[in-house]
Amino acid sequence: MHETMKKNPLLLAIFATFVMVLPWVLGGFFENGNSWLRAVDFALLYILLALGLNIVVGYAGLLDLGYIAFYAVGAYLYALLNSPHLAEVLPAWLSHPPFLVMMVLAAIVAGVFGVLLGSPTLKLRGDYLAIVTLGFGEIIRIFMNNLDRPVNITNGPQGINHIDAVQIAGYDFGRPIEFLGLTFEKIHLYYYLILAFCALIIFVSMRLQNSRIGRAWVAIREDEIAANAMGINTRNVKLLAFAMGASFGGVSGALFASFQGFVSPESFVLMESVMVLCMVVLGGMGNIPGVILGAIIVSITPELLRDIINPLQMAIAGKRVVDPENLRMLVFGLAMIIIMLVRPEGLWPSKRRRAELHPKTKEIALQEKDSLQDAERNHD
Amino acid sequence: MDIFLQQLINGLVVGSIYALIALGYTMVYGIMQLINFAHGEIVMIGAMVTITCINLLLGMGVQMPGPVLLLVGLLMAIPVSMFLGFAIEKVAYQPLRKAPRLAPLITAIGVSIVLQQVAMLIWGRNYRPFPSILPTEVHIIGGAAITDLQIAIIVLALLLMGGLFYLIEKTKLGRAMRATSQNPEVAKLMGVNVNHIISMTFIIGSALGAVAGVMVAANYDQAHAYMGFMIGLKAFTAAVLGGIGNIGGAVLGGILLGIIESLGSGYLGDLTGGVLGSHYKDIFAFVVLIIVLVFRPSGLMGERVAERA
Repeated sequence: MHETMKKNPLLLAIFATFVMVLPWVLGGFFENGNSWLRAVDFALLYILLALGLNIVVGYAGLLDLGYIAFYAVGAYLYALLNSPHLAEVLPAWLSHPPFLVMMVLAAIVAGVFGVLLGSPTLKLRGDYLAIVTLGFGEIIRIFMNNLDRPVNITNGPQGINHIDAVQIAGYDFGRPIEFLGLTFEKIHLYYYLILAFCALIIFVSMRLQNSRIGRAWVAIREDEIAANAMGINTRNVKLLAFAMGASFGGVSGALFASFQGFVSPESFVLMESVMVLCMVVLGGMGNIPGVILGAIIVSITPELLRDIINPLQMAIAGKRVVDPENLRMLVFGLAMIIIMLVRPEGLWPSKRRRAELHPKTKEIALQEKDSLQDAERNHD
Repeated sequence: MDIFLQQLINGLVVGSIYALIALGYTMVYGIMQLINFAHGEIVMIGAMVTITCINLLLGMGVQMPGPVLLLVGLLMAIPVSMFLGFAIEKVAYQPLRKAPRLAPLITAIGVSIVLQQVAMLIWGRNYRPFPSILPTEVHIIGGAAITDLQIAIIVLALLLMGGLFYLIEKTKLGRAMRATSQNPEVAKLMGVNVNHIISMTFIIGSALGAVAGVMVAANYDQAHAYMGFMIGLKAFTAAVLGGIGNIGGAVLGGILLGIIESLGSGYLGDLTGGVLGSHYKDIFAFVVLIIVLVFRPSGLMGERVAERA
């Protein structure tokens, strides 16, 4: 996507305009435009998350199944500092920090957690790493569920309520703002806010991809020993991947908490980690437009199905035969299986990955195979 | 002392169930380096089918002693789970054998979601109670209580594990399985039908899973469409703890995990003066796992595999 757009500024302009007016299009064309816009807001949050995880899984090749823990850390940090829950205990200077300070804080704290998880697990590879990160995610969630005694920090399973929305330059994002004759409600304001963060992380990801660090990550992903031999400090570079992925997760968590106004451990179950991983893999690991596409599909499809399945069921059978919620997830699961069977490399894979899986012609593939065999023979 | 013994017995019972499920994970992993995420759901389906069968028989007014009823239900559930395991491999994993490694992981998660939702459509959202057909009398050994059911679980689990060891070490099928897990290409050259062996692995693992599912349901007196997830996770942890791909490791890991969990949650509250209670039980599995992997990255009984360049 971004390559064609670089060549064609007109396309880019059209795309940008579309993105900018989308909330008003939704509001104008659909009766329940606001609930759709809410779904879009969450899809944007998922794009942030998926791009963060893409750094860890797609670039550095470290399979992380507990990514949602960093989202949780960011969300709870925001909730604790910006709600009445701890207001009496917190020193005044720490309560309701300015927006940018808050975001930097969320990034740093989540990043520290990323390093904490990363440092003992660096020796592990592949599936072992996956299961340890999974365990880490569960540990964080269980602590959030139970840290309401002996000292009430997280308020346990009830979660934290009355979280204030962000305030930027004196504007409270929780209240409607009149501007240019349009009324920007909370969902509109957050649409643009999260969109801005998406643009930021897309920019950072693109710059990282071809940087020295980005290439070091690819080298580690392809062959860690060779990367080490080439003088890459694999330990630090891997830790950096964990920390950067985690910081993005933390920032999106903070945005989530401020948008939702409420956090509870239920939002951070393992299934969420799995969903974010699905977005990355379904879309196309390591490819920014692919990951964005994956995030949109995985987060919007269940919402679309909600609006399609029940009327369809009514039309065919005339009554509610099965629980639409079940059917929705069933279709979603089937879709996941089918997409992977048809396109195991993802819907929109990076060039490198596509080339690996589908060599351009049979001849090239055969030549490559021959030369490989020759090399092996010579090696013996 | 009696509390210790009691927790030990409870841990042993839960641990042998974990071990049976862990065997399913470890066998599949050993042969195709794949985490079969849908295995937990096979365990759940096994439990659900058994409960349904028993309720059906009771509803028809069949007069049979409890254990026989249970056996009939189990004999219905095992083929269902076996077929599911076979079908899952054929549909979701076999086409992806040459694909990138994460692709079958995603289809596995997809299968897992589908099975959960189908189970919910069939059996509903609520907990299904296990029919009270089993004798409930309690034996007292050294101050600790143990029921017939718990004894049966441990004995049956041990028998099944013994049977599996025999199958893998002594029979022709077992030798082919070991060959396939060492090197599928060479096994093929030696005349092993690799596809057949992989199918058999899934079928055997699923049968063990179905038995384990019934044990879980009978032990906790209930079953639920989501039960497969947590129990599958614990069992997989057990398999990794013991060294994934290693049959003996899965047994050791499962029993160890059961005992650690049970002792840990039993004593944690006392040790910390009630600050950390038994609701931290689920943490044990993961803390133990992380500690073991940090010091012994290949698991307790796993071989140290040299990294492939």
